[in-house]
Amino acid sequence: MHDMAAEARGGADAVLAGSVSLSTVQPGDRGVIVEVRADQSGGHGVDESELERRLLEFGFVEGARVELLHQGLIKGDPIAVRVDDMRVALRRRDAQHVWVRIERPEDAAR
Amino acid sequence: MSEGVLRPTRVALVGNPNTGKTALFNALTGSRQKVANYAGVTVERKEGTLTTPAGRTLSVLDLPGTYSLRARSPDEAVTRDAVLGRLAGEHEPDVVLAVADATNLRLVLRLILELRAVGRPMVLALNMYDIAQRQGLRIDLDGLSRELGCPIVTTVATRKRGIDDLTAKVDELLAAGALAGANTWREPTAAEIRGAHREAQRILKTYVRPPERPDTVTGKVDAVLLHPVAGLAILLGLLFLMFQAVFTWAGPPADAIEAGVGWLGAQAANLLPDGLLESLIVDGLFAGVGSVLVFLPQILVLFLFIILLEDFGYMARAAFLMDRIMGGAGLHGRAFIPLLSSFACAIPGIMSARVIDQKRDRMTTILVAPLMTCSARIPVYTLIIAAFIPDRTVGPGLNLQGLVMFGLYAAGIASALAVSFVIRKVFWRGAVEPFLMELPTYKLPSAENVLRNLLQRAQIFLSRAGRIILPLMVLVWVLSTFPAPPAGAIGPAIDYSFAGMIGHAIQPLFAPIGFNWQMVVALIPGFAAREVAVAALGTVYAIGDAEANVGALGARLAESWSLATGLSFLAWYIFAPQCVATLGVVKRETNSWGWMGVMFLYMVTLAYLASFLVYHTAVALGAG
Ligand SMILES: Nc1nc2c(ncn2[C@@H]2O[C@H](COP(=O)(O)OP(=O)(O)O)[C@@H](O)[C@H]2O)c(=O)[nH]1
Ligand SMILES: [Mg+2]
Repeated sequence: MHDMAAEARGGADAVLAGSVSLSTVQPGDRGVIVEVRADQSGGHGVDESELERRLLEFGFVEGARVELLHQGLIKGDPIAVRVDDMRVALRRRDAQHVWVRIERPEDAAR
Repeated sequence: MSEGVLRPTRVALVGNPNTGKTALFNALTGSRQKVANYAGVTVERKEGTLTTPAGRTLSVLDLPGTYSLRARSPDEAVTRDAVLGRLAGEHEPDVVLAVADATNLRLVLRLILELRAVGRPMVLALNMYDIAQRQGLRIDLDGLSRELGCPIVTTVATRKRGIDDLTAKVDELLAAGALAGANTWREPTAAEIRGAHREAQRILKTYVRPPERPDTVTGKVDAVLLHPVAGLAILLGLLFLMFQAVFTWAGPPADAIEAGVGWLGAQAANLLPDGLLESLIVDGLFAGVGSVLVFLPQILVLFLFIILLEDFGYMARAAFLMDRIMGGAGLHGRAFIPLLSSFACAIPGIMSARVIDQKRDRMTTILVAPLMTCSARIPVYTLIIAAFIPDRTVGPGLNLQGLVMFGLYAAGIASALAVSFVIRKVFWRGAVEPFLMELPTYKLPSAENVLRNLLQRAQIFLSRAGRIILPLMVLVWVLSTFPAPPAGAIGPAIDYSFAGMIGHAIQPLFAPIGFNWQMVVALIPGFAAREVAVAALGTVYAIGDAEANVGALGARLAESWSLATGLSFLAWYIFAPQCVATLGVVKRETNSWGWMGVMFLYMVTLAYLASFLVYHTAVALGAG
């Protein structure tokens, strides 16, 4: 269903409403990935669709649960993220293509 | 069947990193292993053989870990090409042995779906089953086996459990005449990867019940080891310990090796008649073998640390902690181990650059590693500093000589960072590879596997680095020995040799940086290794046994060189590639004379510029 949303831009925005990029989250934040889409910023050593596929292969896929575990000393970069049952380290610039719906503790309680 | 008798059955181990492929490979093949390189690439090729219960000979290949057959690095490309049978000089495997960490199945299931498309007969080893059982993880093995269409064996590679079962399954598969199906694999698109993830998720939900007692150790340990401040402090402490160990543990055996080779050389000298043969054997071969062997203790100590940290699962954490700090200079987080090792010696440093999987990052690291101040520079620095820098206190607890020594180290580090920055900007054009890395759960390393790996490092260094270093050492000997001085010659013999001729011929080139001809002549045998410069200067200045007589040599240098020349010589030694062993290892690790040439040229250029600057600044300040 997210694939369809990704095709229709308007649909994607509806999915993205209320979600944040993984590059902006803080330690302790957790949530669910709503979209992985590498199509905006350049400057990566690989093209954008390649980056998207790499993220997917490391388990950053729509529906996966993520939690930010640790961050580096300088500018909070890189970050260590729990993706479902495994831990992955990545830089915030690569993480910006992963969109997450953050769950507040009170959401979880409800 | 008949074919199985003619040639061994080829089995390839494929799986995610850190799932225990190498441990399983060791458990399967024991000591019947061969380590080489794949033709044309610097990726290590590990092959071993074993005999199955049914009497089949299996030839097993331990392939680099990967998350996908869409290769992202040279290592992963080897795995892809080996599985697809595209590697030059290699056949496709008869059986793919997929290795999975039973406690972490999500990503490997997707890889297995990809492997299935390749159409090779497959067996799945669910490794780390001990941990899975401890966690109370339940896997419906029959169901999963049916779903994936391949036999499944549970294994504990480090305790050799399930190995017979595994080989029996391979036998069964072959006896049943399992044939390779059509290869329908092609690079999956993003949508196909998503689809495969959904499929993997469904399989996981159906056949695997989540652990009753999930691992909590890794989380707790990480809270300390990945803490932004405490984690870095611990890392620095570890590095300090490692650095100390290289000096304290490797020092005595290295000295013993040097003494031993020296003693053997002396025995040979006694046995042989004086003359060329004696000189070739003693000054050429023995000195050459000695110069290769003395590195061995350092390499062993360093790799012991590296292998332990890697197997424990810490290496990825260290890269995480260092990534941003090194990243400013365009270096990968994993580059810090090679660079730190290079303070002891650039050779193990360059060899350990293998932990970096991106080719560009690896090349950058290899190219700058020799700029770190290695221990072989210390005798040279000590000699020149003692001769030219007054032993004076310049502040509370600050000694001028110590300060200069510190400055030399700092100059090495700063230039390494600057050069990698330039390489990144000029050659790689600012392309930054994504940095994605799994942080594996912590595990206790197995002594047997660590030891086997360590011995393989030593063997690789001796057999292949030696093959390049030794001839180069003999070449240096030839240059400094031939032709022999004419009868009745008074100057030192080296003066009449090719080295002497070359030295005199190129001395004008070195005049602008304040080098006299004696220095230039000494630089040529000095290519053997940096510390050889001390002995070589002793030879040209006719100071017998210069290494034991550093005081006399220093005094002699102080009267024949100006301060500007002395400083210029120091600057030269920060940068110059005065070490054939390093060049030999670079050739071997990059598999290219070209990269070796690039390193030689840039280092000579930097050395010349630095010496020029230092010499003329010093002369302008009245130290000429
Ligand atoms: N407890 C346990 N540890 C294992 C097992 N297999 C491998 N290990 C450990 O897991 C780590 C990674 O193993 P290694 O063979 O290097 O994995 P590779 O990257 O797939 O080659 C090492 O510390 C091994 O000692 C196993 O079956 N049980
Ligand atoms: Mg391995």
